[in-house]
Order: sequence, then structure tokens, then C-alpha cells
Amino acid sequence: MGETLLDKVWRAHTVKMLPSGQTQLFIGLHLVHEVTSPQAFQMLREAGLKVRLPERTFATIDHIVPTASQMRPFGDRLAEEMTVHLIRNCQEFDIRLFDLNSGRQGIVHVIGPELGLTQPGMTIACGDSHTSTHGALGALAFGIGTSQVRDVLATQCLAMAKPKLRQIRVEGRLARGVYAKDVILSIIQRLGVKGGVGYAYEYAGSTIEAMSMEERLTICNMSIEGGARAGYINPDATTFAYLKGRPFAPQGEAFNRAVAWWRSMATEPGATFDDIVTMDGRSVQPVVTWGINPGQSLGVGDRIPNPAEAPETDRAAWTEALTFMDFRPGRPIAGTRINVAFIGSCTNARLSDLRAAAEVARGRKVAGGVRALVVPGSQAVAAAAEAEGLHMIFREAGFEWRKAGCSLCLGMNEDKLKGREICASSSNRNFKGRQGSPTGRTLLMSPAMVAAAAITGEVSDVRELLR
Amino acid sequence: MSPFRRRIVGRGIPLPGNDIDTDRIIPARFLKSVTFEGLEQHVFADDRLQAPDHPFNEDRYQGASILVVGQNFGCGSSREHAPEALRRWGIRGIVGESFAEIFLGNCTALGIPCMSMDVEDSDWLMEAVTENPEKQIVLDVEKEEVIFDERAMPATIAHREQLLTGTWNATRVLLEAGDAIERVARGLPYLSEY
Repeated sequence: MGETLLDKVWRAHTVKMLPSGQTQLFIGLHLVHEVTSPQAFQMLREAGLKVRLPERTFATIDHIVPTASQMRPFGDRLAEEMTVHLIRNCQEFDIRLFDLNSGRQGIVHVIGPELGLTQPGMTIACGDSHTSTHGALGALAFGIGTSQVRDVLATQCLAMAKPKLRQIRVEGRLARGVYAKDVILSIIQRLGVKGGVGYAYEYAGSTIEAMSMEERLTICNMSIEGGARAGYINPDATTFAYLKGRPFAPQGEAFNRAVAWWRSMATEPGATFDDIVTMDGRSVQPVVTWGINPGQSLGVGDRIPNPAEAPETDRAAWTEALTFMDFRPGRPIAGTRINVAFIGSCTNARLSDLRAAAEVARGRKVAGGVRALVVPGSQAVAAAAEAEGLHMIFREAGFEWRKAGCSLCLGMNEDKLKGREICASSSNRNFKGRQGSPTGRTLLMSPAMVAAAAITGEVSDVRELLR
Repeated sequence: MSPFRRRIVGRGIPLPGNDIDTDRIIPARFLKSVTFEGLEQHVFADDRLQAPDHPFNEDRYQGASILVVGQNFGCGSSREHAPEALRRWGIRGIVGESFAEIFLGNCTALGIPCMSMDVEDSDWLMEAVTENPEKQIVLDVEKEEVIFDERAMPATIAHREQLLTGTWNATRVLLEAGDAIERVARGLPYLSEY
């Protein structure tokens, strides 16, 4: 019987079984940022502990950095204080930091793959729920809390129960104007925001296999929005080609040896899963969320649902969502006026995302009254985009071209919604208050759909602008 | 507090609704700090502002220590600030239908038991606690049951062993492996061969 990647990675990293029944799992790569780590470093100090393998931990600064100007000291005193703490902690504990002056700073889940730190067959942890992103390269990657950040710093291990495994097979070619974001939102819509609790997701099938590495990163990024702590895609030629030549990837002859091992870690034919779900990629539409969690979504051509028609267990939640959004059941989602357009976040701020949005924005103008932001996921993404002139396309259209950071995905920096503004957003969460205004409203969609909404001033089918 | 979590007894505070995410438990702007201090003041800050009758605003639930929730409580962001805010407000145990995985692990790491019950018992408890906020809830971690108003309900609890034995600080447990950690590291091609 064939083994899965989950089985093989789990076994290779097992230190021992713990009395609790959990596995002591070695963590091959630990990523750190400024928000969830200062308390963990302090706990280490108080316990008199060192970082076990400082060369396997890397840090960057992303959540709280301003994206308009990144001159230090930051205008926001608290953001500056958190930055100073991160720098000091990295110095004290001998951890490599990709700081603002490194040319390599960016959203932690953008820079890990981009630098070649993220590799197939690894276990990866970071104090951030979107760590699932790194699974796109065939790694097993988990989001963890601050106490677990302490555990990894002190022991390079986590105490974890092995998850069940669900394979999600998506088959067929995506239509033009349909992107990885639409696929993952469709998966979450179908399986629900808690459907993945207790599972890791293995994404497979011809739609997934045909995707570029950046598209795969978008898919795995949102595993956690479906309740799955980890999601991965088996490593293949696309993965190896992506990694070749990256700064932290093996070089020369070592790269070939690495490929042999990476290939050996993939799920084998005949492997069994705890569950298998199949989806038709050809029928996926451009998706927009209408509610307050990422599972509350519909096709851009659909009408806002009526709670009276909801499954009984969802009725109260639908009503709450519609009340918060101030949306009327039965109205088409297309045509909903927006105030803000945000292209960015660990889900969709890579070069291919910016290209897709620029294709829509080229030669057009942002609608009057709409504030539109493009925030590259890293300094490297920004440089690559500027090298091919994407920043000029955006600027000429009336978008602001910002510096790398988490920005408007979450209200921890200067980029925030105001009041009841509606934001067309390429980010990952439409939770109440997520974008920094307690009453602000978020519509999740692909970067190209955000660009379309920015141009027309309302939720629009990007396929009509691509004609 | 005892170094073990065998039995938690206290008044309840009901929080109806499913899929309540950690951004709601503690909005991100309150994470701008290098400590967890003061988080209790901001627990459910935005929800409380928008709903004056939010349970955390109501006098009759002040001093409660057991939070009663619905399905998938604590989904979304991995911020441990969420259970820290609840703990600092006074919450010592949580009972409901189900929990998001990272949140549940974070609660265990702080010694806060999260107990899951079937939908029928969970709905009953939510209503009963709302009607009788002065009565005590018993979370019996050892016997895996929840007792309220003389009704005992079976409950499951993740990480029961760690809570009963007082070993929820995993760092201490993981350090016991000693050199075995480096042995595993040496066996990994990406750390030893390239």
C-alpha cells in the first residue's frame, strides 16, 4: 500500500511518542515575525533557555510595518517598539533577520518560498495561521500560537497529533478570468469553514497540477480558512523548477540530490486517504464573498442568498452576516458599490497576482471615490514588478503603489478601512472588523476581480473587462 | 490555582453563535504590544461596542469563569492573544460544541480546558446558563463530563492527559528528549546532506 507525503514527512521528523499520545515532531524550519514572538522570547529568557538551533529560525517584519513610508523610526510608537524588540531578540538569540534594509523583507509567507527556505519534505512552523501556505512546495507547514513558538525556539520541536488526511481533487482546465483564488474559495464554500478541522488537505488533480507555484501558494494559504491547519501539494517538476537557483535552495550537484529526495517524499500511487473530495475545475466561476467568513461566497453572477433558504444550522449565521453587511437577499452581488480596493496579502501579493491585476488596470482609470492600493508581498516582488513596469500601469490607472507588508489585510498598521467602507480585497479573511474598522466590510475575491471592481467602482465580472 | 486541571467549577457566561473568530475575541489593533498585559480590557471590544447587550457587557455575567460557546469557536488567526485575553478576563474553562484547532491548542498551552459536547447538550446548556447565570457549571476533566443544574452531560476533551497531569507547558516535556532531537536532525537530508 502506498504512503502519503503526510505519512513520510511525519515519520522522518518523529523524535518520539509522548505520554499524551502526541508525537514529538522535529521542525525543520521556523519562521518568526514581530507580533507573535516577543512574548515567546521573553518566556525563554525567564526560563533561562537558549534557542536550540538558531540557524533553522529566520525572522522578518511584516504585520505592523507602514507601507507608505518605511523610514525608521516609524511614526506609530507601538509599531516602532515591536520592531526594536524583534531586532534585539534576533541579535540576542543569534537569529537571522530579513530587515527593512535587507532587500529581502516581506510577508513571511511570501519570502519563505521566494528565498528557497521553504522546501519539499520539510516540517515548517510559524506563529501565524497562514503558515499552511508553505505546503504548496510539498512541505508540512503549521500555524502555531505563541507558547508553541516558545516550544520551537527552545526545542526545535512541537507536540502534535497527526492529522487525518483529505485529498481534494480538482480536475479540468480553469476558464479565462478564473484564478487559484476562485478555486480555493469554491472549495471552502463547499466544505465549510470548519470542514477541515482535524484534517490536513492534500490538493491534487489536473487543475492543481497545471498551476504555477504562485497559484499553488494561494491555494494552500487558505487551507486554514477551511479549518485545515495544513494543506499541501505533492512536489513535482513545477516545484523543482521554482526552487532552482533560489538563494537558500541547494546549489549545483546538491540540488540534484535534493530533487531525488523531494521526489521520494511525494504521495505514492495507491495511497489511501481518510476522505476524498472531487471538484470540477471547469465549472468554477469568479467568486466573491457576501458575508463575514470565507465560506460565505457565491459566483459573481449570483444573487445574495436568502437566510430563509439556508440549512437550518446556518440560518442565524446568514442573518447575522447580512445584517452586518447591510445586504438584501435576492439582489445580485455584481453592482455592489465599493469604497476601497486592496491588492495584497500573503494570499495574493506575488508577481503573477500583480500581473493579473495589471492586465485589467492597463489603460483604464480607478473609478471616482475609490481608494485603490497595490501592496507587493515582498521587497523582491516589488523590485520584479517595477522592473517590468507594473507599478507605472497601476499608478497611471490611479492605484497607490506601496511598499511590502501585510497592510490592509488586518488592522495592525496604518492601512485601515474607515467606518462602514466596503473593500474589494484580495486578502483571506472577511471577518467582522478584520480590516481595521469595527464596522468595515470586506468582499474577498481574486486580484483581477479587485482590479475590475476598482475600475468600475462596483463588484464586476472580470471576464467582461478581459474581452 | 492548582497545577492540575481535574475539575473546574464556576459560573457560566453564554456566548451564542458559531464560527466566532479570534479577530472578534481580540481585534488586531490590541495586538500591538510586546506583552499580553491588559488584553482583558479589550476582549470582544468591537462586538461589545456594537451590541450593548453583549454577554461580556452584562452585569449578571461578571465574575463568571466558564465560557459557553457554539461550533468552531476561535477560528481564524493563531493569535494566542485570544485565549490570553479570555484568561485575563477570568475565563478558566470553555465548553461548547466544537473548537478551531489552533485556538484549542493555545488554550491547552495556558491550562484552559476546552470541552466539546453534542449539539443537543450544548444548546441546552447555552439556554440553561442564560436563564440561571447564578448557578455553577462543573467541568469535570477527569470524568469527561459537564454538570449543570444536576444534569450530567458526556463531553470530550482534547489534551486531557496534559491537563490532568499538569504538563501543558510542552517545552519542559519536549526538552526531555535530549540528544534524540539532534539525532533526528542529522537523519534529515536537508540538514545533513545539502
